Formats: sequence, structure tokens, C-alpha cells
Amino acid sequence: MSTLKRTFKDIVQYPSAVVGLIIIAFFIVVAVYTVSTIPYSEAIRLWRGGEDVWGDSPRTAQPLWTNWFRRSNLPETIILDTADGTATKTVMPLTETMTDALMEFTFDYPYGGFPQELTIFFTADYQEKPPHADLYWVMPDGAEIRVGDTTVRRAERFRFALDGGDRLMRRLEGLEPQIGLFAADREAEELTALQGTYTLRIEGILFEKDSDFDAKLVVYGQAHGWGGTDLLRRDLMVALLWGTPIALSFGLLAALGTTVTTMIIAAAGVWFGGIVDELIQRITEINMILPFLPILIMVGTFQSQSIWVMLQWIILLSIFGASIKGYRAIFLQIKEAPYIEAARAYGAGNGRIIFLYLIPRIIPVLIPNLVNGIPAFVFLEASLAVLGLGDPVLPTWGKVIEEARHTALYQGQYYWILQPAALLMLTGLAFAMVGFALDRIFNPRLREV
Amino acid sequence: MTEASLSVQTEGPATAMLRPRTRAATLLRLARYTAVKLFMLFVAVAIGIYLTILIANMGGYVDQIMRSQIQEQISLTVSMDPELRQLPVEQRQQLIRDMAALEEQRLGLDQPFLLRSFRFLGRTLTLNLGRAQQMTSDSGSRLVKNIILERLPPTLLFMATSNLTLFFTTLFFALYLSRHYGSVADKLVIALAPTSSAPAWFYGLFLILVFAGVLGWLPFGGMIEAPPPEDLLPRVLSLAKHLILPVMAWLISGFFVNVYGQRTFFLIFSMEDYVELARAKGLSSRDIERRYVLRPTLPNIITQFALMLISLWQGAIIIETVFNWPGLGRMLYSAIGRYDSPVIVGSNVIYAYLLAITVFMLDFIYALVDPRVRVGSGGAKA
Repeated sequence: MSTLKRTFKDIVQYPSAVVGLIIIAFFIVVAVYTVSTIPYSEAIRLWRGGEDVWGDSPRTAQPLWTNWFRRSNLPETIILDTADGTATKTVMPLTETMTDALMEFTFDYPYGGFPQELTIFFTADYQEKPPHADLYWVMPDGAEIRVGDTTVRRAERFRFALDGGDRLMRRLEGLEPQIGLFAADREAEELTALQGTYTLRIEGILFEKDSDFDAKLVVYGQAHGWGGTDLLRRDLMVALLWGTPIALSFGLLAALGTTVTTMIIAAAGVWFGGIVDELIQRITEINMILPFLPILIMVGTFQSQSIWVMLQWIILLSIFGASIKGYRAIFLQIKEAPYIEAARAYGAGNGRIIFLYLIPRIIPVLIPNLVNGIPAFVFLEASLAVLGLGDPVLPTWGKVIEEARHTALYQGQYYWILQPAALLMLTGLAFAMVGFALDRIFNPRLREV
Repeated sequence: MTEASLSVQTEGPATAMLRPRTRAATLLRLARYTAVKLFMLFVAVAIGIYLTILIANMGGYVDQIMRSQIQEQISLTVSMDPELRQLPVEQRQQLIRDMAALEEQRLGLDQPFLLRSFRFLGRTLTLNLGRAQQMTSDSGSRLVKNIILERLPPTLLFMATSNLTLFFTTLFFALYLSRHYGSVADKLVIALAPTSSAPAWFYGLFLILVFAGVLGWLPFGGMIEAPPPEDLLPRVLSLAKHLILPVMAWLISGFFVNVYGQRTFFLIFSMEDYVELARAKGLSSRDIERRYVLRPTLPNIITQFALMLISLWQGAIIIETVFNWPGLGRMLYSAIGRYDSPVIVGSNVIYAYLLAITVFMLDFIYALVDPRVRVGSGGAKA
């Protein structure tokens, strides 16, 4: 306990290490929060979800924090639904069977920019004859534009840009609907959106007695959530949050697995000496020329891409790592220490000497190595993801980078790639800074220079 | 520094004084040393490749490689034969099946895996890597060997440029810092050393984002403009332009930690007594640096260079992918995408060989620069 306290006191001497510790603590809090609020299965469901999960969010929308760097805020998504009462629906029977349904979607639009898309999702209930709907758009200045009409099947989707067709485009001076329907002046050089209250009116006719239909208007914004969205409309926050526990546990497990096994083998080799030692040496030399990454790539291609399978292979390939030689040199010195001799004299067994006498002495060397190893493995996961060998189901930072790399870099959606990259960088730096300080604390010779 | 732990068999200073020997004896020893080293490395490569085969065979992929090759070859011969082409489709199919079965028997595919795996090992060791399932080289060949040979020069070009740039800038700065110990630059390098925990491709993404995406000064990736310029000079210039970002990425990720490591070595060595003595004798700092600091640290520096090289062999896979550099790594990436197992196994073999060559070169250079390395004592004793 007192050593722990002393170590901590030493660490406080290094401001960078303190910063690193704070960052690590922050990430641990985020990881715990994530795992407790979004369970594992839920994270997978969300990340693999398609239109059914993410239908209401825009594609590649900027995260909200980018608004801090803009003069005017980007439009956010507006959702109005007759089913939940955010839009009005009045039903008036016309004849025995025919019914008139009037829906009004009124919303305030305070943005200077334009929305990304306009879509109406219909759900209808009928036996044979589907309802019919006429759509009208009312601008804040009172101007009314006919959008089009549609037959409402059971699950119908009306996309303004597609289903409005050329006729709507002509009415809007050739502009796309999401721009034309919001533009203050459609002939202006530089288009700006008219701020104020807009209304979408749907005049529907139901042809059956028990027929009914509801509609949901989604005005897709250009900013969405604190993480933004990707090309598949998924909220990147899910991946950014879930990437934290995955990165931390992967890095820690891999670093722990490799350093501890390497150390035990080095200790055993030194203790038993002779042929065991010789064998371990030779295996280490062979291991040194094994192409580590290509073998992992093969495992990913032929066996499994699950990061837990990868983890096993990483540990397996690193057991006989080059650091065995460093540990061995230290163990060789310790082996000659009088207390080992004493232990042998009282009849301690091999296992006892290795685990209770040799290994504890090397922990000061082990800990910096362990902490320094974590960033390498955190980045290794991302590297595998960039090679297309990311975990098939889990959302990880590396996978977001890989998905973003192909589009975001070329199309300017920089948030998409910068957010996971920044998190990776922070994690790596935090562990590296702490490891760096630990290295100096435990190896006083480095402290002099 | 754990880097030093890779160091090859150095002897104590006691044997540093070499007994005078005849030149022939030295050569003989050197030859024996080399032969032993080569043999050891060859064994290591063989074991490495055999492991590769074992992993690849997990899904029976090696068998699949061979069966598909046989199938392809026989269908080709049958369809080329004008007499056999006359046969009705079913009869021809039957014939292909029979011939394939015979061929499989001939190649021993009906034999147990253990036996066959060794046969496969023998063939891959002699670089008989088979035919790709889907990929072709730019010249149209389906042979894995040709595909790899075609992709090797770009990788070598990239590696040589980035590694040499990194090595010499690091050396220069490390020497400078060891002379200006404790200066602002020195402190800055120490503070920035942790940034090297991020791999080169990671910095590559940022560089692409800034210099290609936002500023538009440099290309996003690739090796040369399309279409490539006719004349030599514009060709070289275009190549250089495409090299800047990947080399920079490699430089950023390796620079600080390497400068820090080398500077620490220099500082440790310049605190030795003999350096103090040299200083007391009044030698110029240039002489001290060259004779008393650089020379004893040479093995460490070479180790670091070799480690850079080894990490680049592997790091290049991803950095080439990110920069669309048409080298080995990029080839491996496309092979993964298409599940082209012969190419994946083949590039593994090549990587094993390249790593072995690197390690061999390291040992050899060691023997040349460090008189303490025991030459010809029958293999390594680290």
C-alpha cells in the first residue's frame, strides 16, 4: 500500500502524467456510463439497424458542436406526426363511405440554411381502396405551393425530391424542393431560407368506412445530435460511446495478456535454464521474423473477425516477443541473489520460486511496459478495422474511421473522421504519458537524462 | 531502453581486444558465421510459413486453392482441345471431373493434411506461390509471384525514402539535442514523445484531410498522376509529389520517440569516463562526438534502424492502403477484400522472407561495426 502511495506521489511530480490520469479516469467513467445505459445487445441492434431504426435521422449530418464555430446554427431535424399529436388531423365524413381528412403540420423554422431532405411517412389502414392525399405547402409569407398528390398505401413514403417530380421542380424555378420550398427569394444569387412558420397541408380522401391514415413529416436537418450521423443515418454517438469500453478493455487485456505471459516464460526459462532456456530463446528468434500483422490479417480473413478472437491471437503471437530478452537479462541477475539461494535451501518448489520470488522483483519494469503497451493495442484494433477486418457486429472507433475514410475525407464531412480519431489519439496519448512517467519513476537511471 | 534488448550477442569488454589473426581465418569465420545465421533464419522462415499454412488451412483454404487450380487447368485444356470440344456437354463435364479426380490423386490431395502441408511448404519456400483466384497483375498475369514482383518496387521506393529520411533527420536532431541538453527544444521533444504511440496511417489521415482535403495542395493518394507524364522529369516530380504525404506521415509518427531514444543513448554514453577524459585532454567537441560518443552507440543506432525497418514492413500495409500506394500492402488489402487466399498466403511468405532478410542484414552489419560481436562461435548466444 505504501509503495502505491509513493508511486502516486511520484506521478504527481509529472504534470503530463496527471493530465493522462485525468483523461483515463474520464474515459473509464464514459465506459461505465455507456455499458450501463446502452447494453451490449442494444448497441449491436442500434449499430446494425437500418431505416427502421434510423429512418428519422438525416444522412451525414454535422454534430451540434459544429454550431459553435458557425455564425448561424445549422437546421436541426423537425418531426411532426399526426399519430402523437404534434400535427393536427380533422376528419369530416363526406358521404356514406367517403371521408375527408385534413392534416396540418405547422412548424417554426428559425434557420438561415436549408434542410437536407423532406419526407412524409404514411401509415394507412384500409381494405381494398387506399386513401388519396393532396399535399400543399404554405410559406410564412402566405404563398401556397402545390407539392403533389399520392395514393397512400399501407406504408407509403413520399419523398419530396423524388415523388414531387419535375412538376414540383418547375413550380420552384428548377430548385430542389428542400431548397425551393424554403427559399426567401427563389431567383436570388445567394439563396437563403425564409424564417417563420411553415405549414404542410394534406387534404386526404378516404374511400372506405373504417379506413384511416396517419402521416409523419420529417424535415431532415443538417445537424443531428452531439456526434452527427453517417451515410447510413446512424447516430455516431452510439459508436463513439461504445468504442470507449471496447478500446479500453481491448487495450488493457491485450497489454496485460502479452506482458504477463512473456514475463512468466522469461522467468521459467531463466530458472530452469539448460534446454528450456535454449528452446525459449530459439522460439523468440523465430517469433521475431513472423510477420505479425499479415498473420492477424489471415486470421481475420480465414477464421473470424471478432475482436475477441483477434485478441487471443495477438496474445499468442506476442508471448515470445522481443521483450523476453530484456526480462531475461534482469532475471539472470535476480537468480543469483542470496534470498533465492535461501529459498532453495528451505526447499521451495520451482513454481514457488518463480511466482513468489522471481516475478515480484520485476514488477517495477513490468508496469511501465504494460501501460506503454496499451496505446499500441488500442491503435492495433483501429489498424485492423482500417484494413477491413474490424469486428463484424460491434461499433468501434476504428470501424467508424474506416467507414468515414472512403467518403468523409473526399466530401468534407470531417467531423465523421475527426471525432473517433480524436478519441483514439486522446486514449493513446493518455496512456503513453502515464507510461512515460512510470518509466522514469521505476527506472531512476532515465531520470538523470 | 528495451530497444537494446534486441541487440545481438555482444561480448564483454574483455574480449574486445582481438587476437591478431590471418585474413583467411577471419574470412572463414565470417563465412561460417554467415552460413549458420542464414540456416537459422531459413529454419525460422520455414516454421513461420508452416504456421501460416496451418492458419490458412483452418477453413481448408489450402485445399481449396489447389482444387480450384486443378479445375481451372483441366477445364482449360479440355476446352482448348478441338477433338474434345466436339463432345456433348455432359460427357465433357464427366471427363473434366474424372481428370480432376485423377489429378487430385496425383498431387496427393486425397492424402492426409500433414503430408500435404509439408509438400505445400516446400513449394512456397521456393516461391512457387501458385495462381491467384481473382487478382491479376497489371501485365495480366495470374501468377501470385508476378503480382507480388510487380508490387514490390513501389513498396521498396516508399520504404527506402521514408526510412532513410526518418533515420537521418532523427540522428541529426538527436545529436543536436544531446549537445543542447535541457534546452527548450529538448523539453519539447520529451513532451512530444508520447505522440508516437499513434501509428503512421493515423497521422496520414490527418495529413490527407489538411493537405489534400482542405488546402488541396497535394494529391489524396496514389503513386503517380493519371495518365502518367511522358517525360522523365515531370514523371519524377509527380512521383515525389505523391510521396510527400506518406513519408511525412511516417516521419511524424516515428520522429519524436526515436529522437528521444537516441538522444538518451547519446547522453548516457557521453557521461562515460573516457569521454570526460577526452574532454579534459582538450579534444574538440566534434572529435569527441565522432570518436567517443557516436562509435560506441553505433550498434544501438543500427538496432533502432532495423527496428524502424521491421515496423515499416508491417506498418506499410496500412499506410499504403490509406494512401492508395500501389505496393505490397495495398495488394494485401485488395486480396483481403476479395478473399483471394493464394495472394494472402503468398504475401505472408514474402513478408516472412523480407523480415528474415532484414534481420540477417542487421546481424551482418553488427558483425562489421562492432568488434565485440563474437564472429564464428557457432550461432547466437544472446
